[in-house]
Amino acid sequence: MSTSNYQVVAGPEGYLPPAAAFMGVMLPEKGDALVEGKIVPAEEAMQKIAEKILAAKNPVFFPGPLLLWNWKEGVAEKAAALKKLAESAGAKIIPMPDYRPKYPMINPAVEINPNHPNLTIWHNKIDVCLFIGVHCHYANMALKIIRGGTDCYTIALCAEAGHEDAMITLRDAGLTELNKLNEIIIAMKEGGK
Amino acid sequence: MIEQRVVDPEYLFFSAEREKRFITGSEAVKEAIKRANIDMAVSYPITPQSESMHLVGDIYAEGYIPEYFRGENEFAVMSAVAGASMGGVRIFTATGGPGTLRAFETFPTWAGARLPIVCAFMTRGVNSPLTIQPDTIEMAFMLDTGIMMFHAENAQDLHDMILKAFMIAEKTDIHIPAGVFVDGFFVTHTRDYVDIAPEDIKLPPYNPYSAPVPVMDMENVPVRQMRDPFVMKSNFISYAAHASWQQEILAAAERARKYIDKYMGGLLEMENEGADILIIASGTAVSQSREAIAMARQEGIDAGLIKIKSIRPFPKNEIMEITRKAKAIIVPEFNRAGWLCREVKSTVADTTKVVGGPRVFGGMTMPPELILAEIRRCSE
Repeated sequence: MSTSNYQVVAGPEGYLPPAAAFMGVMLPEKGDALVEGKIVPAEEAMQKIAEKILAAKNPVFFPGPLLLWNWKEGVAEKAAALKKLAESAGAKIIPMPDYRPKYPMINPAVEINPNHPNLTIWHNKIDVCLFIGVHCHYANMALKIIRGGTDCYTIALCAEAGHEDAMITLRDAGLTELNKLNEIIIAMKEGGK
Repeated sequence: MIEQRVVDPEYLFFSAEREKRFITGSEAVKEAIKRANIDMAVSYPITPQSESMHLVGDIYAEGYIPEYFRGENEFAVMSAVAGASMGGVRIFTATGGPGTLRAFETFPTWAGARLPIVCAFMTRGVNSPLTIQPDTIEMAFMLDTGIMMFHAENAQDLHDMILKAFMIAEKTDIHIPAGVFVDGFFVTHTRDYVDIAPEDIKLPPYNPYSAPVPVMDMENVPVRQMRDPFVMKSNFISYAAHASWQQEILAAAERARKYIDKYMGGLLEMENEGADILIIASGTAVSQSREAIAMARQEGIDAGLIKIKSIRPFPKNEIMEITRKAKAIIVPEFNRAGWLCREVKSTVADTTKVVGGPRVFGGMTMPPELILAEIRRCSE
């Protein structure tokens, strides 16, 4: 269990914020998740994700190459589920098609890049973003830059071990988790009517 | 190919029945690699490492390894190893002393590229006049390369750490190289009893598609893309990306702590905790310290021993806690720089109680009496 007091919250945190792992934030074990540096049950984190997305002015999902390409069984279904989730949540989708730096030619209106994710966030005035299908190294790199220079709230749905540098992260996030999140969002919207 | 059964790492490490063999450290490397399910090994000779990779070559001939070749020199070997790892295979190599330094640029490159390479370093002196004798000076240079560093005390450690290093290094949240360091000659060229699992079992294969970076498999999307560098721009955005990238490498080593706990039983081992006088050592200095403590006990002096198994990540919190009440901390080392002493001093609250030494180098042995003399002095 994480015993760190370091809080992973929306920035701008500063010139060069530390890696949360270096501040003692530990990745969750199976069945758990991280919310702002604290380990909580995955169910609780999903509720929090739904709240954050629904409360956002401009929530945007950033699907990466692992979800954009139909490279192995189950990916197409997962991508379809993400699209459905975005529709339910009223979130836009801006893809991270690859990891090549595109500064200064990037068109921040249509894509995001892990080396300068802040450009896309600033340009589109994104207040909540969700990473999915991004290789873990590039996701962590981008999440720190976002925390350092923007006030965007970050969520990372990871198919592997999760991301300490996101404000909320789920680990082992697959089709089941996406569908569940969709159900929570729909129920929350209906409850709020 | 030899028929081997894939088993859970936990079974191979902790449950499988083990046979006791009286073998050299180099032979312990061979036995570990036989069970490591590697795809490839690349070798280049340098004393005292040559015999290990020679024996790994023998098991290639026996069918345990699909690919094995000799590189042109150490830099070429380490570069070939990097390429193979980027291509998604489990790979092993070994070097030592001047070979380590000749290949030096590649080690931070391995770490930066998130390559889970396992390399054994059979340490020896690096200086002029030339020496081929035992010395751990090269570890001082390796401390900030970003790779994990484990230091084996004996042949059993060497065997076990190599196998466990693969499992730790290949975790998605870690995925950085692991160096298993061992004091050349003292361990590589002497025989010791080593408990070894049956040779018909092996570790599960590496899955490169769970890597935190795209594997360079040019046949398959979404990985048909190079890891383009962002280094070519001179602007804040480039610098910030670089900085965040390097932080992530350090973060990966931090995350390794829980896996080192799981597989190696912790980053350090403690004997006789609570003694006023503590010895902190790694590698064969641990064995010499244990002898010295036994001798001190016969004289009625109590001393404890902290064996550091993981140098990177370093067990700073554990050392801070264990040494809090100690009156003196002795750090014996097989090198002139005293790199372990520096690490300890950067960790403990009161550096005045740290005794930097005894130190021997250039191939000298460390008689336990040298350490005993420090224990006596500290007990006065």
